[in-house]
Amino acid sequence: MSNPFYDPSLSGRHRSARLFKWFTRGSILFTLLFLCFFLFDMARTAYPALWQIYVKVDVSYTEKSARLTSKAIDKKYRKIVSRSWLRDIPKQLEKNPGLMGTTVKQWVLADDQVDQYMKGHHHNLKSKVIRTLEELTVKDEIELQWNTVFFTRGDSKIPENAGILSALVGSVLTLLVTMFFAFPLGVMTAVYLEEFARDNWLTRFIEVNINNLAAIPSILFGLLGLAVFINLFGMPRSSPLVGGLTLALMTLPIIIVSSRAALRSVPDSIRQAGYGLGLTRIQIVQDHVLPVAFPGILTGSIIGLAQAMGETAPLIIIGMIAFIPDSPSSITEAATVLPAQIFTWTGMPERAYVEKTAAGIVVILSILFLLNAVAIYLRKKYEIKW
Amino acid sequence: MKSSGNANITSGSDIKIKASGLNLWYGDNHALHDINMDIHKNKITALIGPSGCGKSTFLRCINRMNDLFDHVRIKGEIKVEGKNVYDKDVDVVAVRKRIGMVFQQPNPFPKSIYDNITYAPLKHCLIKKGKACDELVETSLEAAGLWNEVKDKLHSPGTALSGGQQQRLCIARAIAVKPDAILMDEPTSALDPISTEKIESLMLELKKDYTIVTVTHNMQQAHRTADYTAYFHLGKLVEYNETEALFNNPVEELTDSYISGRFG
Repeated sequence: MSNPFYDPSLSGRHRSARLFKWFTRGSILFTLLFLCFFLFDMARTAYPALWQIYVKVDVSYTEKSARLTSKAIDKKYRKIVSRSWLRDIPKQLEKNPGLMGTTVKQWVLADDQVDQYMKGHHHNLKSKVIRTLEELTVKDEIELQWNTVFFTRGDSKIPENAGILSALVGSVLTLLVTMFFAFPLGVMTAVYLEEFARDNWLTRFIEVNINNLAAIPSILFGLLGLAVFINLFGMPRSSPLVGGLTLALMTLPIIIVSSRAALRSVPDSIRQAGYGLGLTRIQIVQDHVLPVAFPGILTGSIIGLAQAMGETAPLIIIGMIAFIPDSPSSITEAATVLPAQIFTWTGMPERAYVEKTAAGIVVILSILFLLNAVAIYLRKKYEIKW
Repeated sequence: MKSSGNANITSGSDIKIKASGLNLWYGDNHALHDINMDIHKNKITALIGPSGCGKSTFLRCINRMNDLFDHVRIKGEIKVEGKNVYDKDVDVVAVRKRIGMVFQQPNPFPKSIYDNITYAPLKHCLIKKGKACDELVETSLEAAGLWNEVKDKLHSPGTALSGGQQQRLCIARAIAVKPDAILMDEPTSALDPISTEKIESLMLELKKDYTIVTVTHNMQQAHRTADYTAYFHLGKLVEYNETEALFNNPVEELTDSYISGRFG
């Protein structure tokens, strides 16, 4: 008996469907491979930056070494010890006057060239110094220690003294300013356009412009910030205040567009129910529509914030790429931000900055992951079940 | 075409809502033509007719819900207890507070059952927080025949109830504001027959205290529940009479065709 369901043309159709499926799978695989390669390479390069070479040497605290700090260390080890550590000797004496006149054998931060040599990277140490290092290795008086400097200090021209903290603080202050302005303004604009505005040429004009604003190259916002906030209003340049305001301009359209989408997804029947009960528009929006739309608004805003955090170009224009050794303590002081710090480090000639750059990237990525996790958590928490 | 009902319904009961010369345009579309209609107090009045005939539009004129649409133009008047709701000195929010509404799709607020009932009365300052709220919740749910089903879960979300329960919650929410009249826009069309039966008997119960105007596609429902029935066709009120009279002896040809199922 012949098979009534046999259709010779089907095998070709099934084959092309299978092929298409494998194409889509292939593209996913490719993306994953790229992502894995990127993350793995970053982690591999950044990991050494978490550790720093320390050497155990005699440090003599005397009147003379307080003035000429390099005299505190035996001549043989002077090239090995970090200049920045020596510079701190007077401060240490100030903090601990009892040290004066003593000689202490202690762990001391090593020079970046020593650090790179011990980590097996390129270095320009003389053979005499290398021999000294070998002696220290035999005596077990040289080791890798957790790099606290990286997380507790700001930028420095001395690689072993350079840290991410000032950029991190700068980023946090800048983003606080951004959110302070962009979130309320953006949400209010969205609420007005979605819930109150009548559909006429003016609102349509505003709408088109907001959508266009989202597509403007970010560097133009930097120019706008420079012209308006710094030149016109005379705000301090390089400050988180100006940076935050500039980024707020950039984040506004993102927040408005996502908030409007969230408000639009609230079923109209809720509003009808409110009107039917004789509630005013404000009561309906405030107590019934906004709570439902809130998770969506929050998610959109956090994504906008994350985007603002990775932004460098507009901040370079307003001078937030400055060399900032000390963390800013207010929004009007000069500051730099994480991506700008990374940008600065990539331009440094010393080999030691390579791993610091990678570590900086890992820090910024971790914060972005954290922000996204917070967005997901908040969305789940405030989601109203239907 | 004459509005045959206007003159001959004078069965002695009070007139609660009186529409006269009501015209409505959606942009250029003339959706309601010169409606004159008296709606009686403590009666159920059903509006029937094919889709797009203007019955829902007319219903939404009574509590001025059509004001929410742009491009709507209304002429004529609707007097509720003698006062035209379209007068300049009338606040639309106050109109909607006095004339409650129940919609086709059950639409409880995404809040607890308790808050669904108390939100509007609290905003209208009808009651104070605390014991008065508890009492209002109980009496409203009791009146809507929902109390026994939900009394143990008053603080669970209203949206978690079944469709029929949600619709009764919406009715409870509407009567919690102590309105003069309740408008129902196809209140059972999204519900199963058992829930529909409950809503219908609830309507019969509620008419003791409220004037009810309901729109329905279900002619049996109009026949079962309504005291008066109005038949709309293409934006005109074709016939309006006591339900029995309208269904048994329709005056107009169109009405006869519609109720005997020849179209619609």
